[in-house]
Amino acid sequence: MHGEPKTCACAAPTSVQGAGFWKSGGWLLAALPAWFGLYLSLKPMADWLAFRVMGLQAGSRLGEAVAFFAYDGPKVLLLLGLVVLGVSFVQTYLSPERTRDLLAKRTGAWGNLLAALLGIATPFCSCSAVPLFIGFVRVGVPLGATFSFLVSAPMVNEVALFLLLGLFGWRVALLYAATGVAIAFLSGWIIGRLRMERHLEPWVMEVPFVASSGAEVPTGFAARLELALQATRDIVAKVWLFVLAGIAVGAFLHGYVPAELLARFMGKSTWWSVPLAVLIGVPLYSSAAGIIPIVQVLLAKGAALGTALAFMMAVAGLSLPETIILRKVLRPRLLATFLGIVSLGIALVGYLFNTLM
Amino acid sequence: MKIEILGSGCAKCKLLAERAEEAARALGVPYTLVKITEYPDIVARGVMTTPGLVVDGVVRSQGHVPTVAAIQELLR
Repeated sequence: MHGEPKTCACAAPTSVQGAGFWKSGGWLLAALPAWFGLYLSLKPMADWLAFRVMGLQAGSRLGEAVAFFAYDGPKVLLLLGLVVLGVSFVQTYLSPERTRDLLAKRTGAWGNLLAALLGIATPFCSCSAVPLFIGFVRVGVPLGATFSFLVSAPMVNEVALFLLLGLFGWRVALLYAATGVAIAFLSGWIIGRLRMERHLEPWVMEVPFVASSGAEVPTGFAARLELALQATRDIVAKVWLFVLAGIAVGAFLHGYVPAELLARFMGKSTWWSVPLAVLIGVPLYSSAAGIIPIVQVLLAKGAALGTALAFMMAVAGLSLPETIILRKVLRPRLLATFLGIVSLGIALVGYLFNTLM
Repeated sequence: MKIEILGSGCAKCKLLAERAEEAARALGVPYTLVKITEYPDIVARGVMTTPGLVVDGVVRSQGHVPTVAAIQELLR
């Protein structure tokens, strides 16, 4: 972020004593005010860049597009960096092992609800979906609760919620969280009631298995902060380009395309827009944070809220790569049931919002 | 020393393998480095989130990629 002495840690592991305070998190005291100062000066800086340095006309199409990008791009990246750092730090206290132990042997609807809620904050990467799935079901987490977790974890993640909060306000963020948890809860509950355990691949329950203890995770403030910084670098490195591309498209549309353009295709009155958004979104793969700038564009140009949210949920919650990975543990009928129920749930949420709002 | 890198071949697993190699070489001890990519072998070693680092049969890190300096500590 702001020139914290990170690189010196590798060059000189036995660093001088005075660097101890700095290295164990003291740099945060300097970085946080710098962050806020930068955030507050973004708007004047963007206007200065577009209208003074580049000499563009205020109110002109090009001028407004450039000013929008110069303001929104750094703003979203700054928000993303701070949010991911904070969340990653909190997440060092919430391991998948702890979530697993909370859910083990918890049968019935409460287990599904708890799983859907824990899915919001537990760190999860879809590349770990198979070992995590096996780690859950083998210690006795019910199949339905495992699915509730698997739906909620990628779809309703904390980074997405904070970004929704920052860009669209608490109402949209809350709606997204509540409906996302509801879909995860219900789809997991239905799969549990269908008793589809026999549609797991046989090796899942037969393979020699050792439960992960999670005991190797480092503790202590400095170590947790170090982990959080690393996660922040990973996530920001993965999504920043998508975020900027989304905003660039947004800036272009902001200046050049009439706001009603998308209303015809993605407005409330077009009944097929919700299922189409889900059909397009399901195979696509992006983290929820990467898709938000695109949703911002869709909304700004006349797409209905329900349609835009359904698209976002479909992209974040289900994907072709994850489906291929899950096929290793799920037989076709269970995999199809899972995809079908979750897609249906997302489409219903889309219609619900388009009707209510 | 036997170093195992657990993961189905994602970008993070490759990064972990590179860093573990670098850390082991810097320590100057004899080692072997093996990539464990099959799921049954991963779950049999008690790892639930990849990439995982297993040293002489003990899980030393999972779910993230530590820095080279941190891996050196884990290998000691």
